[in-house]
Amino acid sequence: MNGMIQNRNVFLDKIANRLGRDRKTIVKRPEWAYHPQDEVLKNATQDELVDVLKEQCKNIHTDFVITNTAKLSDSLKEVVNRYGGGPVITWKDERFDQYGLTKLMKEEWPQDGVDLHVWNYTKKEENIEKANVANVGITISDITLAESGTAVLFSSKDKGRTVSFLPATSIIIIPKSSIVPRMTQAARIIREKVKSGEQVASCINFITGPSNSADIEMILVVGVHGPIKATYIVVEDL
Amino acid sequence: MAMKTSVEKFNDRVDKGLQDSFMRGAVSSAQERFQTRRLGAAEELGNWEEWRSHGEEIRQHVLDNLDYYLFELSENVSKRGGHVYFAQTAEEATSYIQNVVEKKNAKKIVKSKSMVTEEINLNAGLEKLGCEVIETDLGEYILQVGDHEPPSHIVVPALHKNKEQIRDVFKEKQGYKKTEKPEELALHAREKLRQEYLTADVGITGCNFAIAETGSITLVTNEGNADLVAALPKTQITVMGMERLVPTFEEMEVLVSLLTRSAVGQKLTSYITTLTGPKEGGDVDGPEEFHLVIVDNGRSDILGGEFQPILQCIRCAACVNACPVYRHVGGHSYGSIYSGPVGAVLSPLLGGYDDYKELPYASTLCGACTEACPVKIPLHELLHKHRQVIVEKEGRSPVSEKLLMKAFGLGASSPAMYKIGSKMASPVMSPFTNGNKISKGPGPLKAWTEAREFPAPNKERFRDWFKNRPKGGEQS
Repeated sequence: MNGMIQNRNVFLDKIANRLGRDRKTIVKRPEWAYHPQDEVLKNATQDELVDVLKEQCKNIHTDFVITNTAKLSDSLKEVVNRYGGGPVITWKDERFDQYGLTKLMKEEWPQDGVDLHVWNYTKKEENIEKANVANVGITISDITLAESGTAVLFSSKDKGRTVSFLPATSIIIIPKSSIVPRMTQAARIIREKVKSGEQVASCINFITGPSNSADIEMILVVGVHGPIKATYIVVEDL
Repeated sequence: MAMKTSVEKFNDRVDKGLQDSFMRGAVSSAQERFQTRRLGAAEELGNWEEWRSHGEEIRQHVLDNLDYYLFELSENVSKRGGHVYFAQTAEEATSYIQNVVEKKNAKKIVKSKSMVTEEINLNAGLEKLGCEVIETDLGEYILQVGDHEPPSHIVVPALHKNKEQIRDVFKEKQGYKKTEKPEELALHAREKLRQEYLTADVGITGCNFAIAETGSITLVTNEGNADLVAALPKTQITVMGMERLVPTFEEMEVLVSLLTRSAVGQKLTSYITTLTGPKEGGDVDGPEEFHLVIVDNGRSDILGGEFQPILQCIRCAACVNACPVYRHVGGHSYGSIYSGPVGAVLSPLLGGYDDYKELPYASTLCGACTEACPVKIPLHELLHKHRQVIVEKEGRSPVSEKLLMKAFGLGASSPAMYKIGSKMASPVMSPFTNGNKISKGPGPLKAWTEAREFPAPNKERFRDWFKNRPKGGEQS
């Protein structure tokens, strides 16, 4: 159902009036004179982008792990152990199966006593309670920005927003194929979806490392409201 | 708090700032770090001038077509089930938000950092309803717990407080028992605020950039507080200044790239989030109800006039960090939530010359602000324009300047007077000189020399030197 819009005409009329013209009903997005964003990491290969991402992780207090699908399960298990084990919360995402994590999630972790909650929208608020007490939140990057070291996450009913915010630590699995030079490419991918009639996700997170603040004497504190530690696990899926 | 942060006179505020040695040290070291990081980030990116020009052309295009893009934005928010309220005044905005809050019977409200909600004095309006309003940005939380102190910097609101003072605030107000280590202080705030997010009825955010094409809002933080404010309460209200929007995701991306580099020297901050409407069917987290409040509050009066470029501002505070005057007097001296060069241009426009006529004079017109601005606002030229308006149209200028100009006018009006005046200058000033500098000047020079030295008049006047010098080309 459409939302209400109030006071619009008088408000916009005043703006047009101040600009010395009538209200505009058609404006074409201009051909911009400048395009500096196209020059960044132009022509970089996928391997070069992985190197850029790895280097940037040092700046954003994020551990970087690279592995292949065969070894992903072991890598993930190891990082979770390093973070002190469960409780773990994940999205409900078929990519976990594709990346061979079913055995870890359904057999190994239960055997090891690692409590796992998979986001289940039918359970409503319980998901948030689980995320709030979780030690590790695991998500998968939809688009990854090499330049800034950013994972782009699209929310949905199976992909709760708070999985990457409430747990004490965050692990983001990054398919190598998802890496692009910078935010420019992500913005274009999103726009293409919009233009083809797809509804943009209600929440898109561009996440760059753990939460931090320098509000006290400009001294950096890592881990304020969101995760205190973060690891990216890049999977060679190409 | 409203935009105006002090009832004290400008000179008293400045005096206070100059005497606060911790604040002055903190400000100058923060400025240096911010500057170094900003310049480093710009250099690493490359083509910085082209980036600035691109930022400028985007902002100018949006301002020139603001009615169109606001219409498109509101249509698209509505299509996604969000409500849009256009508020011409601070009162309209506040009363709409009060209404929503009352309808929801809300008791607890969490907020992420928003300059425009400070500008419209929203917190006071909500507290009047008996609501508890909690700021979640760490810096703002510290100021709020410490008896609602005003922010002193757009990006680092509690810059003027040291960690011991912050520890004492937490100790006194919340029984905090740990040390002044920033990690421990932040952990304390994390634990306190986590409970607040989970139990709040309404979340209120600002908006860095709205995106017209999709009806989205963009939030930029390092702490992740805005995300929790938007994800957990059942009702979300976003308040934006009417000029803070872009056509599409592609322009948002460019401005965010400029903002994070210019504000903190980061390629991107930890969290950039675009939110579109309330949550969708099946979503667990995210608000059930979304309201976007678009605020004019004096902005449209700036449109179409000579000060329009100030509306290009993306609130990065690069100009604040570059300003030699801000460095000395600190943020509170401006008496406005908007400090530094941007504050000196914007505050008189939004708050009037009665309260802010001194600010355009609190500038050396050195142009460091203009050079730092990522969207090429000619800040020092706008400050100069303000002075012209104040003198020409308003017929007022600071008294000391008037006296100086009067004296100079008198002294320079006839060759004879000028001759006498310039001849007298050296002997008259000799009691005040120290070498070839005047460090404690009398009369109109006093205000100047309190902050810096004034060159002493030459013992030999130019006219005498000219008369006595060897004729052109002759060797002595």
